[in-house]
Amino acid sequence: MTSQSLLEFAEQGIAIEQRPWPRYRLNHAQWTDLAAGLGATDWTLLAVWGEPSEVHAAIMDETAGAIAVLSLPCPDRRFPSLSPVRPSAIRMERAAQDLFGLVAEGTVDPRPWLDHGQWPSRAPLGPRAASDYNFLPVEGESLHQIPVGPVHAGVIEPGHFRFHANGETVVRLEERLGYVHKGTLHLMTGKPVAEAARLSARLSGDSTVAHALAFARAVEAASGAEPPLRAVWLRALMAELERIANHIGDVGAICNDAAFAFMQAHCTVLREEVLRAAALCFGHRLMMDRVIPGGVSIDLDGAGTARLGELAASIAPRWAELYEVYDDRPSLLDRTVGTGVVRTELVRRYAAGGYVGRASGRGFDARRQPGYPPYDRLEFEVPVMPDGDVHARVLVRFREVEASLALVRMILDRLPQGAIAAAVPARAGEGLALVEGFRGDILTWVRLDREGRVQQCFARDPSWLQWPLLEAAIEGNIVADFPLCNKSFNCSYSGHDL
Amino acid sequence: MWKIIGRTLISKPLPIDAPTPGADEIAELAKRLDRDARRRLGRSLSIREVDAGSCNGCELEIHALNNPFHDLERFGLRFVASPRHADVLMVTGPVTHNMREALQRTYAATPDPKWVVAVGDCAFDGGLFADSYAVTGGVGAVVPVDLHIRGCPPTPVQLLQGLLALLERAA
Repeated sequence: MTSQSLLEFAEQGIAIEQRPWPRYRLNHAQWTDLAAGLGATDWTLLAVWGEPSEVHAAIMDETAGAIAVLSLPCPDRRFPSLSPVRPSAIRMERAAQDLFGLVAEGTVDPRPWLDHGQWPSRAPLGPRAASDYNFLPVEGESLHQIPVGPVHAGVIEPGHFRFHANGETVVRLEERLGYVHKGTLHLMTGKPVAEAARLSARLSGDSTVAHALAFARAVEAASGAEPPLRAVWLRALMAELERIANHIGDVGAICNDAAFAFMQAHCTVLREEVLRAAALCFGHRLMMDRVIPGGVSIDLDGAGTARLGELAASIAPRWAELYEVYDDRPSLLDRTVGTGVVRTELVRRYAAGGYVGRASGRGFDARRQPGYPPYDRLEFEVPVMPDGDVHARVLVRFREVEASLALVRMILDRLPQGAIAAAVPARAGEGLALVEGFRGDILTWVRLDREGRVQQCFARDPSWLQWPLLEAAIEGNIVADFPLCNKSFNCSYSGHDL
Repeated sequence: MWKIIGRTLISKPLPIDAPTPGADEIAELAKRLDRDARRRLGRSLSIREVDAGSCNGCELEIHALNNPFHDLERFGLRFVASPRHADVLMVTGPVTHNMREALQRTYAATPDPKWVVAVGDCAFDGGLFADSYAVTGGVGAVVPVDLHIRGCPPTPVQLLQGLLALLERAA
């Protein structure tokens, strides 16, 4: 290389038209030669810069009076650094790393340069992932694609479903999620636990009690806080009301997607009655922010206790009646039985919980195992079905509402007296909690710093382990049954997208 | 089923018979909404809901507008499946960056005249999520908003009140 002129060296590459000085695209070996041999030449390095997947070096050969730009495509976003032989490259390579995410391998200084950690994103000029997202390819004759979302036809959360269908039959469904990513975990870090708890209560609005409970229990485990007995029982009461309201709503919505609006109408009435009772007793229809680290934020008075007792007593017979309607409708069962089957083996491998797991023979319920108070002192049924179809997921919900109504009555009968919240000591520590929401088990991990603030945390909604199985459930079913399958899963987008 | 239908036929309609203090308010609102909806929009105001990043709490309460207690459709207000059929976009969430384009395209697909109702504290100014790297900070940052309905989430009654306010302005 030392014997070559700049242009002789450059012409090994592929010429790209550029005026007035030429540009040559080198391969990796040629660029490596450049990085190794540049030091032995007296060529001047004019500049190094990047673009999303290519790095450029402008070089001048003063003896020959030549200037050329040498480029290296770096689809893997790495290139051999020129900085060991030309120190002037150091900062320009660091800038390329900060702006485009191009990593200079073998650099003498890998620290960031322009990025002080204050930008909203890293490598802001780098390639945007969204523009080159490829759905999995499908091969075969007579296949067509159906893209659905992120904005759906119903009043539901956004996500994208890419169907490959052969006629009416779904060959493959691929989900693309993340549309409602709000950066919730990031917002929780650095916050006092009371503030972070409000965010945890908004990870997934339909599971606000369960998520807040999982967060509270993780914080209590980390800090050593002991919630008073009454708070522990009130939490369970709210969690069961949440389970009842959501399961009732789901059963109605599933039947509605099978064009049986009667169930929807009656289920929405029952659901509304639960929410109204919750508003009266706990001051919020969804009971948001009622479970807090250390206990609960609102007590239940005597009138509230009576009200909830009446509610449970009045819903139970009507729920039984609605079950008869469901069970006695051949046109409805024709849609739900045998539709969207998930095999037991799959729910085990994914550790899918809630009604998705229990409808496919996996009986896991975090209230039982590992268990947490007050459920260790309560008798309740955990229904398990073997079939794994939409019908089984409906049946599990029917039975769980019955079980939860019974739990509500038991809890009301045995509700201990006393304080409803304890102070959370400001102490460093880590805690983990597993809590059974209506959808399945929620895992929340938290690390507190010495001031008792959240240093890091993670909340794994049950949906993480259920969404992938929806892709399996729909395979071989007809496109028209997708809403039915989807509703029978009712995964959370927000809880998943964080 | 026939037993339930029979019982429903002879019992009073739910909105009037509703057992909570909110019921009077709903009946009151119902009258005003009905009159205004008829006069101004000929009973044909169609709503397209767009979740632009909510926690789904707002969706639950928007759903509740359709239950027999609130029965939105008796006012001629109804949810439609496509923005092309809509007069109103009802948008929830702090508008995540990942949903911004979808919201803009939904807005563009809605024929004029159109109104945008931002539902919930997040939709107002980003709410609890305002400081996140992942959100734009409210519906108004992305499309013009005609009405904000605050609340976390707003109750169905508050939603009805908001729609009434919109009818009064939109005429």
